[in-house]
Amino acid sequence: MTSAIEFIDVSKTFAKKDGTVQTVLDSVSFSIPAGKTTVIAGGSGSGKSVTLKIVLGLMRANSGRVLVQGNDVTGAKGKELEALRTQFGVLFQGSALFDSLTVFENVALPLRERTKKTEEEIGNQVHASLSQFELDGHEDKYPAQLSGGMKKRVGLARAMQLKPAIMLFDEPTTGLDPVMAQEIYQLFAKTQSEFGFTSVIVSHDIPKIFNLADRVIILNRGSMDVFSSPEEIQWSEKPHIREFVKMTMGDIYQSHLVEI
Amino acid sequence: MKSNPIANLGNTGLYVLTDLGRMTLFLLKAFRGIFRKPFRFKELVRQVNFIGVGSLSVIFFTAASTGLVLGLQGYYSLNKFGAEGMLGSAVSLTLIMELGPVLTALMVAGRAGSAMCAELGIMRISEQIDALDCMAVDPFRYLITPKFIAALISVPLLTVIFDVVGIAGGYVAGVSLMDVSPGSYIEGMRSSVTNHDIRLGIIKSFVFALLVVWICTGRGYFVREIRGAGFGAESVSRVTTQAVVLSSISVLVFDYLLTAVLL
Repeated sequence: MTSAIEFIDVSKTFAKKDGTVQTVLDSVSFSIPAGKTTVIAGGSGSGKSVTLKIVLGLMRANSGRVLVQGNDVTGAKGKELEALRTQFGVLFQGSALFDSLTVFENVALPLRERTKKTEEEIGNQVHASLSQFELDGHEDKYPAQLSGGMKKRVGLARAMQLKPAIMLFDEPTTGLDPVMAQEIYQLFAKTQSEFGFTSVIVSHDIPKIFNLADRVIILNRGSMDVFSSPEEIQWSEKPHIREFVKMTMGDIYQSHLVEI
Repeated sequence: MKSNPIANLGNTGLYVLTDLGRMTLFLLKAFRGIFRKPFRFKELVRQVNFIGVGSLSVIFFTAASTGLVLGLQGYYSLNKFGAEGMLGSAVSLTLIMELGPVLTALMVAGRAGSAMCAELGIMRISEQIDALDCMAVDPFRYLITPKFIAALISVPLLTVIFDVVGIAGGYVAGVSLMDVSPGSYIEGMRSSVTNHDIRLGIIKSFVFALLVVWICTGRGYFVREIRGAGFGAESVSRVTTQAVVLSSISVLVFDYLLTAVLL
Protein backbone atom coordinates (compact mmCIF):
# COMPACT_ATOMS: atom_id res chain seq x y z
CA MET A 1 0.00 0.00 0.00
CA THR A 2 1.52 3.38 -0.98
CA SER A 3 1.76 6.13 1.62
CA ALA A 4 0.29 9.57 1.09
CA ILE A 5 2.02 10.99 4.17
CA GLU A 6 4.88 9.52 6.18
CA PHE A 7 6.40 10.77 9.45
CA ILE A 8 9.86 9.37 10.27
CA ASP A 9 11.13 9.99 13.83
CA VAL A 10 9.44 13.39 14.01
CA SER A 11 9.81 15.36 17.23
CA LYS A 12 8.29 18.69 18.19
CA THR A 13 8.87 20.60 21.41
CA PHE A 14 7.66 23.93 22.71
CA ALA A 15 9.35 26.18 25.25
CA LYS A 16 7.04 26.98 28.15
CA LYS A 17 6.90 30.28 30.02
CA ASP A 18 8.63 28.81 33.10
CA GLY A 19 11.64 27.86 30.96
CA THR A 20 10.83 24.15 30.76
CA VAL A 21 10.30 22.27 27.50
CA GLN A 22 7.07 20.52 26.55
CA THR A 23 7.44 17.58 24.17
CA VAL A 24 4.36 17.28 21.97
CA LEU A 25 5.69 14.70 19.49
CA ASP A 26 8.49 12.44 20.67
CA SER A 27 10.23 10.76 17.74
CA VAL A 28 6.98 9.51 16.21
CA SER A 29 6.82 7.50 13.00
CA PHE A 30 3.70 6.53 11.08
CA SER A 31 2.36 6.40 7.56
CA ILE A 32 -1.02 7.39 6.18
CA PRO A 33 -2.12 5.10 3.32
CA ALA A 34 -3.17 6.72 0.04
CA GLY A 35 -6.87 6.70 -0.83
CA LYS A 36 -7.93 5.66 2.69
CA THR A 37 -9.35 7.48 5.72
CA THR A 38 -7.08 7.84 8.72
CA VAL A 39 -8.38 9.24 11.99
CA ILE A 40 -5.98 10.97 14.37
CA ALA A 41 -7.44 11.02 17.87
CA GLY A 42 -6.19 11.98 21.31
CA GLY A 43 -6.88 14.26 24.24
CA SER A 44 -6.43 18.03 24.30
CA GLY A 45 -2.80 19.05 23.85
CA SER A 46 -1.81 15.62 22.57
CA GLY A 47 -0.38 17.06 19.35
CA LYS A 48 -3.16 16.35 16.84
CA SER A 49 -3.32 19.86 15.39
CA VAL A 50 0.49 20.18 15.60
CA THR A 51 0.74 17.06 13.42
CA LEU A 52 -1.53 18.67 10.80
CA LYS A 53 0.42 21.94 10.93
CA ILE A 54 3.72 20.11 10.40
CA VAL A 55 2.24 18.29 7.39
CA LEU A 56 1.11 21.61 5.91
CA GLY A 57 4.39 23.38 6.61
CA LEU A 58 2.66 25.86 8.96
CA MET A 59 4.98 24.62 11.72
CA ARG A 60 8.43 23.04 11.60
CA ALA A 61 9.45 19.84 13.38
CA ASN A 62 12.57 19.98 15.59
CA SER A 63 13.86 16.76 14.06
CA GLY A 64 12.81 13.92 11.79
CA ARG A 65 11.54 13.76 8.21
CA VAL A 66 8.13 14.27 6.62
CA LEU A 67 7.32 12.70 3.26
CA VAL A 68 4.28 13.66 1.19
CA GLN A 69 3.47 11.44 -1.81
CA GLY A 70 7.00 10.06 -1.49
CA ASN A 71 8.73 13.47 -1.62
CA ASP A 72 10.76 14.69 1.32
CA VAL A 73 9.18 18.02 2.29
CA THR A 74 10.99 18.52 5.60
CA GLY A 75 11.86 22.20 5.85
CA ALA A 76 10.23 23.01 2.50
CA LYS A 77 9.93 26.74 1.76
CA GLY A 78 9.15 29.14 -1.06
CA LYS A 79 7.98 27.52 -4.30
CA GLU A 80 8.51 24.02 -2.89
CA LEU A 81 6.15 24.79 0.00
CA GLU A 82 3.59 26.29 -2.40
CA ALA A 83 3.75 23.13 -4.54
CA LEU A 84 3.32 21.00 -1.41
CA ARG A 85 0.25 22.92 -0.31
CA THR A 86 -1.48 22.61 -3.67
CA GLN A 87 -1.73 18.87 -2.97
CA PHE A 88 -3.85 19.51 0.13
CA GLY A 89 -7.39 20.61 0.83
CA VAL A 90 -8.08 21.66 4.41
CA LEU A 91 -11.35 21.94 6.30
CA PHE A 92 -10.68 23.97 9.43
CA GLN A 93 -12.33 23.59 12.81
CA GLY A 94 -14.22 26.87 12.43
CA SER A 95 -14.46 26.52 8.63
CA ALA A 96 -12.18 29.61 8.26
CA LEU A 97 -14.44 31.22 5.67
CA PHE A 98 -13.58 34.80 4.74
CA ASP A 99 -16.10 36.99 6.57
CA SER A 100 -16.08 39.76 3.99
CA LEU A 101 -16.67 37.44 1.02
CA THR A 102 -19.94 35.81 -0.05
CA VAL A 103 -20.36 32.04 -0.31
CA PHE A 104 -19.72 32.25 -4.06
CA GLU A 105 -16.59 34.38 -3.60
CA ASN A 106 -15.26 32.08 -0.86
CA VAL A 107 -15.59 29.00 -3.07
CA ALA A 108 -14.24 30.85 -6.12
CA LEU A 109 -11.19 32.21 -4.26
CA PRO A 110 -8.77 29.30 -4.88
CA LEU A 111 -9.76 29.24 -8.56
CA ARG A 112 -9.25 32.99 -8.97
CA GLU A 113 -5.94 32.97 -7.13
CA ARG A 114 -4.41 29.69 -8.24
CA THR A 115 -5.69 29.08 -11.79
CA LYS A 116 -5.94 31.00 -15.04
CA LYS A 117 -9.60 30.13 -15.60
CA THR A 118 -11.92 32.80 -16.98
CA GLU A 119 -14.69 34.24 -14.78
CA GLU A 120 -17.22 32.27 -16.85
CA GLU A 121 -15.40 28.98 -16.23
CA ILE A 122 -15.03 29.81 -12.55
CA GLY A 123 -18.73 30.67 -12.31
CA ASN A 124 -19.73 27.37 -13.91
CA GLN A 125 -17.45 25.31 -11.69
CA VAL A 126 -18.50 27.10 -8.49
CA HIS A 127 -22.22 26.79 -9.25
CA ALA A 128 -21.82 23.08 -10.01
CA SER A 129 -19.93 22.64 -6.77
CA LEU A 130 -22.52 24.54 -4.74
CA SER A 131 -25.24 22.29 -6.19
CA GLN A 132 -23.22 19.21 -5.31
CA PHE A 133 -22.93 20.37 -1.68
CA GLU A 134 -26.61 21.38 -1.52
CA LEU A 135 -25.86 25.09 -1.27
CA ASP A 136 -28.03 26.30 -4.16
CA GLY A 137 -29.60 29.68 -3.47
CA HIS A 138 -27.01 30.61 -0.83
CA GLU A 139 -24.40 32.03 -3.24
CA ASP A 140 -24.87 35.65 -2.16
CA LYS A 141 -24.99 35.04 1.58
CA TYR A 142 -22.10 35.94 3.88
CA PRO A 143 -20.64 33.40 6.34
CA ALA A 144 -22.30 35.19 9.28
CA GLN A 145 -25.70 34.38 7.70
CA LEU A 146 -25.02 30.62 7.53
CA SER A 147 -25.61 27.81 10.05
CA GLY A 148 -22.66 25.80 11.36
CA GLY A 149 -23.41 22.87 9.06
CA MET A 150 -23.67 25.11 6.01
CA LYS A 151 -20.35 26.75 6.85
CA LYS A 152 -18.74 23.30 6.92
CA ARG A 153 -20.23 22.49 3.52
CA VAL A 154 -18.99 25.79 2.06
CA GLY A 155 -15.55 25.08 3.59
CA LEU A 156 -15.56 21.61 2.04
CA ALA A 157 -16.68 22.98 -1.34
CA ARG A 158 -13.86 25.55 -1.22
CA ALA A 159 -11.28 22.92 -0.24
CA MET A 160 -12.36 20.67 -3.13
CA GLN A 161 -12.02 23.28 -5.91
CA LEU A 162 -8.43 22.45 -6.83
CA LYS A 163 -9.10 18.69 -6.58
CA PRO A 164 -6.59 17.93 -3.82
CA ALA A 165 -4.94 14.53 -3.48
CA ILE A 166 -5.15 14.71 0.31
CA MET A 167 -7.94 16.23 2.45
CA LEU A 168 -7.20 17.25 6.02
CA PHE A 169 -10.16 17.71 8.38
CA ASP A 170 -9.39 19.50 11.64
CA GLU A 171 -12.13 18.74 14.20
CA PRO A 172 -14.75 18.92 11.44
CA THR A 173 -17.87 18.55 13.60
CA THR A 174 -16.96 20.81 16.51
CA GLY A 175 -19.99 22.92 17.44
CA LEU A 176 -22.48 20.85 15.41
CA ASP A 177 -25.42 18.94 16.84
CA PRO A 178 -25.28 15.11 16.51
CA VAL A 179 -27.72 15.02 13.56
CA MET A 180 -25.77 17.65 11.64
CA ALA A 181 -22.47 15.95 12.53
CA GLN A 182 -23.80 12.68 11.11
CA GLU A 183 -24.85 14.47 7.91
CA ILE A 184 -21.41 16.01 7.56
CA TYR A 185 -19.70 12.61 7.97
CA GLN A 186 -21.99 11.14 5.32
CA LEU A 187 -21.05 14.01 3.05
CA PHE A 188 -17.31 13.31 3.68
CA ALA A 189 -17.79 9.64 2.80
CA LYS A 190 -19.76 10.48 -0.34
CA THR A 191 -17.23 13.12 -1.45
CA GLN A 192 -14.31 10.79 -0.82
CA SER A 193 -15.83 7.93 -2.82
CA GLU A 194 -16.46 10.40 -5.65
CA PHE A 195 -13.04 12.09 -5.71
CA GLY A 196 -10.90 9.27 -4.29
CA PHE A 197 -8.70 11.51 -2.13
CA THR A 198 -6.79 10.49 0.98
CA SER A 199 -8.58 11.63 4.15
CA VAL A 200 -6.94 12.58 7.42
CA ILE A 201 -9.47 13.42 10.12
CA VAL A 202 -8.49 14.92 13.46
CA SER A 203 -11.46 14.57 15.77
CA HIS A 204 -12.78 14.22 19.29
CA ASP A 205 -16.06 12.79 17.98
CA ILE A 206 -14.70 9.27 18.26
CA PRO A 207 -17.73 6.95 18.01
CA LYS A 208 -19.10 8.55 14.83
CA ILE A 209 -15.76 9.06 13.13
CA PHE A 210 -14.73 5.44 13.67
CA ASN A 211 -17.38 4.34 11.18
CA LEU A 212 -15.41 6.18 8.50
CA ALA A 213 -11.92 5.16 9.60
CA ASP A 214 -9.72 2.65 7.82
CA ARG A 215 -6.87 3.33 10.22
CA VAL A 216 -6.70 5.03 13.63
CA ILE A 217 -3.78 6.84 15.23
CA ILE A 218 -4.08 7.71 18.92
CA LEU A 219 -1.71 10.36 20.23
CA ASN A 220 -0.83 10.44 23.91
CA ARG A 221 1.83 12.58 25.61
CA GLY A 222 4.24 12.68 22.71
CA SER A 223 3.91 9.04 21.69
CA MET A 224 1.41 7.38 19.35
CA ASP A 225 -0.35 4.08 18.80
CA VAL A 226 -1.40 3.02 15.32
CA PHE A 227 -4.32 0.65 14.79
CA SER A 228 -5.06 -0.90 11.43
CA SER A 229 -8.80 -0.82 12.15
CA PRO A 230 -11.09 0.86 14.69
CA GLU A 231 -12.13 -2.51 16.09
CA GLU A 232 -8.53 -3.32 16.96
CA ILE A 233 -8.53 -0.54 19.57
CA GLN A 234 -10.86 -2.35 21.97
CA TRP A 235 -8.41 -5.25 22.25
CA SER A 236 -5.49 -3.06 23.25
CA GLU A 237 -4.10 -3.86 26.69
CA LYS A 238 -2.38 -0.49 27.10
CA PRO A 239 -3.92 1.34 30.09
CA HIS A 240 -4.02 4.75 28.39
CA ILE A 241 -5.81 3.28 25.36
CA ARG A 242 -8.34 1.50 27.55
CA GLU A 243 -8.89 4.74 29.47
CA PHE A 244 -9.30 6.62 26.18
CA VAL A 245 -11.86 4.08 24.94
CA LYS A 246 -13.84 4.37 28.17
CA MET A 247 -13.71 8.17 28.16
CA THR A 248 -14.63 8.77 24.56
CA MET A 249 -16.55 5.83 23.18
CA GLY A 250 -18.96 5.18 26.03
CA ASP A 251 -21.57 2.55 25.34
CA ILE A 252 -20.52 1.78 21.80
CA TYR A 253 -17.39 -0.17 22.71
CA GLN A 254 -17.39 -0.29 26.50
CA SER A 255 -19.52 -3.43 26.62
CA HIS A 256 -16.93 -5.21 24.49
CA LEU A 257 -13.94 -4.21 26.59
CA VAL A 258 -11.99 -7.20 27.67
CA GLU A 259 -11.23 -7.20 31.38
CA ILE A 260 -7.52 -7.56 32.08
CA MET B 1 8.50 29.37 40.61
CA LYS B 2 10.50 32.33 41.94
CA SER B 3 11.16 34.87 39.21
CA ASN B 4 14.76 35.71 38.44
CA PRO B 5 15.18 39.39 37.44
CA ILE B 6 18.21 38.69 35.25
CA ALA B 7 16.39 35.86 33.48
CA ASN B 8 13.36 38.12 33.02
CA LEU B 9 15.57 40.84 31.55
CA GLY B 10 17.17 38.32 29.20
CA ASN B 11 13.76 36.98 28.17
CA THR B 12 12.50 40.50 27.48
CA GLY B 13 15.61 41.29 25.44
CA LEU B 14 15.20 38.13 23.39
CA TYR B 15 11.50 38.88 22.88
CA VAL B 16 12.22 42.43 21.67
CA LEU B 17 14.90 41.19 19.25
CA THR B 18 12.62 38.42 17.95
CA ASP B 19 9.77 40.89 17.54
CA LEU B 20 11.98 43.36 15.65
CA GLY B 21 13.20 40.60 13.35
CA ARG B 22 9.66 39.37 12.77
CA MET B 23 8.43 42.88 11.99
CA THR B 24 11.36 43.59 9.64
CA LEU B 25 10.65 40.41 7.66
CA PHE B 26 6.98 41.38 7.64
CA LEU B 27 7.86 44.76 6.07
CA LEU B 28 10.05 43.13 3.41
CA LYS B 29 7.36 40.57 2.53
CA ALA B 30 4.73 43.33 2.31
CA PHE B 31 6.84 45.15 -0.31
CA ARG B 32 7.67 41.88 -2.10
CA GLY B 33 3.90 41.47 -2.55
CA ILE B 34 3.93 44.40 -5.02
CA PHE B 35 5.82 42.23 -7.54
CA ARG B 36 3.72 39.09 -7.07
CA LYS B 37 0.88 38.32 -9.45
CA PRO B 38 -2.07 38.66 -9.69
CA PHE B 39 -2.02 42.21 -8.31
CA ARG B 40 -5.27 43.01 -6.47
CA PHE B 41 -6.14 46.36 -8.02
CA LYS B 42 -9.79 46.29 -6.86
CA GLU B 43 -8.67 45.65 -3.29
CA LEU B 44 -6.22 48.57 -3.57
CA VAL B 45 -9.07 50.87 -4.66
CA ARG B 46 -11.22 49.55 -1.78
CA GLN B 47 -8.43 50.27 0.71
CA VAL B 48 -7.78 53.78 -0.71
CA ASN B 49 -11.50 54.39 -0.30
CA PHE B 50 -11.42 53.10 3.28
CA ILE B 51 -8.20 54.79 4.45
CA GLY B 52 -8.39 57.94 2.32
CA VAL B 53 -12.00 58.82 1.47
CA GLY B 54 -13.27 57.38 4.76
CA SER B 55 -10.92 59.62 6.75
CA LEU B 56 -11.85 62.83 4.90
CA SER B 57 -14.45 64.05 7.41
CA VAL B 58 -12.28 63.48 10.49
CA ILE B 59 -9.31 65.13 8.73
CA PHE B 60 -11.48 68.08 7.67
CA PHE B 61 -12.79 68.76 11.20
CA THR B 62 -9.40 68.24 12.86
CA ALA B 63 -7.71 70.54 10.32
CA ALA B 64 -10.39 73.22 10.60
CA SER B 65 -10.28 73.34 14.40
CA THR B 66 -6.46 73.24 14.43
CA GLY B 67 -6.30 76.10 11.91
CA LEU B 68 -8.83 78.18 13.83
CA VAL B 69 -7.00 77.67 17.13
CA LEU B 70 -3.62 78.40 15.51
CA GLY B 71 -5.11 81.58 14.02
CA LEU B 72 -6.43 82.80 17.37
CA GLN B 73 -3.39 81.73 19.43
CA GLY B 74 -1.00 83.07 16.80
CA TYR B 75 -2.80 86.40 16.69
CA TYR B 76 -2.74 86.64 20.50
CA SER B 77 1.02 86.01 20.63
CA LEU B 78 2.06 88.05 17.59
CA ASN B 79 -0.14 90.99 18.61
CA LYS B 80 2.04 91.47 21.69
CA PHE B 81 4.95 92.31 19.39
CA GLY B 82 2.87 94.15 16.81
CA ALA B 83 3.63 91.39 14.31
CA GLU B 84 0.07 90.28 13.34
CA GLY B 85 1.18 90.48 9.71
CA MET B 86 3.26 87.35 10.29
CA LEU B 87 0.16 85.29 11.13
CA GLY B 88 -0.10 83.72 7.64
CA SER B 89 3.54 82.73 7.78
CA ALA B 90 3.30 81.23 11.30
CA VAL B 91 0.10 79.27 10.63
CA SER B 92 1.17 77.87 7.25
CA LEU B 93 4.69 76.87 8.32
CA THR B 94 3.42 75.20 11.48
CA LEU B 95 0.79 73.27 9.55
CA ILE B 96 2.86 72.29 6.51
CA MET B 97 5.99 71.21 8.39
CA GLU B 98 4.62 69.82 11.64
CA LEU B 99 0.95 69.65 12.52
CA GLY B 100 -0.37 68.60 9.13
CA PRO B 101 1.69 65.40 8.76
CA VAL B 102 1.61 64.53 12.48
CA LEU B 103 -2.11 65.05 13.15
CA THR B 104 -3.09 63.37 9.87
CA ALA B 105 -1.02 60.31 10.77
CA LEU B 106 -2.47 60.20 14.31
CA MET B 107 -6.03 60.44 12.96
CA VAL B 108 -5.38 57.70 10.38
CA ALA B 109 -3.81 55.51 13.08
CA GLY B 110 -6.86 55.95 15.30
CA ARG B 111 -9.46 55.43 12.57
CA ALA B 112 -8.03 53.16 9.86
CA GLY B 113 -4.99 51.69 11.65
CA SER B 114 -7.06 50.27 14.48
CA ALA B 115 -9.55 48.78 12.00
CA MET B 116 -6.78 47.17 9.92
CA CYS B 117 -5.18 45.72 13.05
CA ALA B 118 -8.47 44.31 14.37
CA GLU B 119 -9.41 42.89 10.94
CA LEU B 120 -6.12 41.01 10.59
CA GLY B 121 -6.19 39.89 14.23
CA ILE B 122 -9.66 38.39 13.79
CA MET B 123 -8.57 36.76 10.52
CA ARG B 124 -5.61 35.25 12.33
CA ILE B 125 -7.50 33.83 15.33
CA SER B 126 -10.30 32.48 13.12
CA GLU B 127 -7.69 30.68 10.93
CA GLN B 128 -8.58 32.70 7.81
CA ILE B 129 -4.91 33.59 7.28
CA ASP B 130 -3.94 29.92 7.80
CA ALA B 131 -6.57 29.05 5.18
CA LEU B 132 -4.86 31.38 2.68
CA ASP B 133 -1.51 29.76 3.45
CA CYS B 134 -3.01 26.30 2.96
CA MET B 135 -4.46 27.32 -0.42
CA ALA B 136 -0.92 28.42 -1.39
CA VAL B 137 -2.17 32.02 -1.63
CA ASP B 138 0.44 34.51 -0.34
CA PRO B 139 -1.31 36.34 2.54
CA PHE B 140 1.02 39.30 2.09
CA ARG B 141 0.12 39.85 -1.56
CA TYR B 142 -3.54 39.15 -0.83
CA LEU B 143 -4.06 41.10 2.39
CA ILE B 144 -1.13 43.27 3.44
CA THR B 145 0.37 44.81 0.28
CA PRO B 146 -2.86 46.56 -0.84
CA LYS B 147 -3.12 48.16 2.62
CA PHE B 148 0.51 49.35 2.45
CA ILE B 149 0.14 50.92 -1.00
CA ALA B 150 -3.24 52.43 -0.10
CA ALA B 151 -1.78 54.06 3.02
CA LEU B 152 1.22 55.41 1.08
CA ILE B 153 -1.17 56.95 -1.47
CA SER B 154 -3.83 58.20 0.95
CA VAL B 155 -1.91 59.68 3.89
CA PRO B 156 0.18 62.21 1.88
CA LEU B 157 -3.00 63.31 0.04
CA LEU B 158 -4.89 63.63 3.34
CA THR B 159 -1.94 65.65 4.69
CA VAL B 160 -2.19 68.10 1.78
CA ILE B 161 -5.94 68.44 2.43
CA PHE B 162 -5.23 68.95 6.14
CA ASP B 163 -2.73 71.73 5.32
CA VAL B 164 -5.14 73.52 2.97
CA VAL B 165 -8.12 73.30 5.33
CA GLY B 166 -5.95 74.30 8.33
CA ILE B 167 -4.54 77.35 6.52
CA ALA B 168 -8.09 78.32 5.55
CA GLY B 169 -9.11 77.94 9.23
CA GLY B 170 -6.24 80.21 10.26
CA TYR B 171 -7.41 82.74 7.64
CA VAL B 172 -10.96 82.70 9.03
CA ALA B 173 -9.70 83.18 12.60
CA GLY B 174 -7.15 85.85 11.75
CA VAL B 175 -8.88 87.80 8.99
CA SER B 176 -12.61 87.33 9.65
CA LEU B 177 -12.61 87.20 13.46
CA MET B 178 -9.58 89.38 14.24
CA ASP B 179 -8.27 92.38 12.33
CA VAL B 180 -5.46 90.88 10.25
CA SER B 181 -5.59 92.10 6.67
CA PRO B 182 -6.20 89.42 3.99
CA GLY B 183 -3.25 90.64 1.95
CA SER B 184 -0.73 90.33 4.78
CA TYR B 185 -1.99 86.83 5.69
CA ILE B 186 -1.62 85.60 2.07
CA GLU B 187 1.63 87.46 1.42
CA GLY B 188 3.15 86.24 4.72
CA MET B 189 2.39 82.69 3.68
CA ARG B 190 3.66 83.15 0.11
CA SER B 191 6.93 84.73 1.14
CA SER B 192 7.86 82.32 3.94
CA VAL B 193 6.80 78.86 2.70
CA THR B 194 9.47 77.37 0.43
CA ASN B 195 9.55 74.20 -1.66
CA HIS B 196 11.89 72.72 0.96
CA ASP B 197 9.23 73.17 3.66
CA ILE B 198 6.56 71.50 1.52
CA ARG B 199 8.96 68.67 0.64
CA LEU B 200 9.73 68.13 4.34
CA GLY B 201 6.01 67.87 5.13
CA ILE B 202 5.41 65.39 2.31
CA ILE B 203 8.44 63.24 3.24
CA LYS B 204 7.16 63.15 6.81
CA SER B 205 3.70 62.09 5.67
CA PHE B 206 5.17 59.17 3.64
CA VAL B 207 7.28 58.01 6.60
CA PHE B 208 4.35 58.32 9.02
CA ALA B 209 2.05 56.42 6.63
CA LEU B 210 4.59 53.61 6.47
CA LEU B 211 4.97 53.53 10.26
CA VAL B 212 1.21 53.46 10.90
CA VAL B 213 0.37 50.79 8.31
CA TRP B 214 3.42 48.67 9.21
CA ILE B 215 2.80 48.66 12.95
CA CYS B 216 -0.99 48.28 12.75
CA THR B 217 -1.03 45.46 10.16
CA GLY B 218 2.00 43.77 11.74
CA ARG B 219 0.48 43.69 15.23
CA GLY B 220 -2.76 42.26 13.88
CA TYR B 221 -0.97 39.67 11.74
CA PHE B 222 1.16 38.48 14.68
CA VAL B 223 -1.61 38.65 17.28
CA ARG B 224 -0.77 35.13 18.51
CA GLU B 225 2.91 35.98 18.98
CA ILE B 226 2.48 39.17 21.02
CA ARG B 227 3.57 38.60 24.59
CA GLY B 228 0.86 39.20 27.18
CA ALA B 229 -1.87 39.66 24.59
CA GLY B 230 -3.88 36.69 25.86
CA PHE B 231 -6.18 34.67 23.65
CA GLY B 232 -9.25 35.05 21.45
CA ALA B 233 -11.23 38.28 21.24
CA GLU B 234 -9.34 39.75 24.20
CA SER B 235 -6.02 39.36 22.38
CA VAL B 236 -7.39 41.28 19.38
CA SER B 237 -8.63 44.16 21.54
CA ARG B 238 -5.33 44.37 23.46
CA VAL B 239 -3.20 44.20 20.35
CA THR B 240 -5.35 46.84 18.62
CA THR B 241 -4.84 49.22 21.53
CA GLN B 242 -1.13 48.44 21.51
CA ALA B 243 -0.91 49.06 17.76
CA VAL B 244 -2.54 52.51 17.98
CA VAL B 245 -0.39 53.56 20.95
CA LEU B 246 2.82 52.23 19.39
CA SER B 247 2.18 53.79 16.00
CA SER B 248 1.25 57.15 17.57
CA ILE B 249 4.43 57.21 19.67
CA SER B 250 6.50 56.18 16.64
CA VAL B 251 5.01 59.05 14.62
CA LEU B 252 5.98 61.55 17.34
CA VAL B 253 9.51 60.14 17.75
CA PHE B 254 10.13 60.06 13.99
CA ASP B 255 8.71 63.59 13.68
CA TYR B 256 11.52 64.84 15.90
CA LEU B 257 14.16 62.73 14.12
CA LEU B 258 13.08 63.82 10.63
CA THR B 259 12.87 67.46 11.68
CA ALA B 260 16.36 67.28 13.20
CA VAL B 261 17.82 65.61 10.09
CA LEU B 262 15.96 67.35 7.26
CA LEU B 263 15.31 70.87 8.56
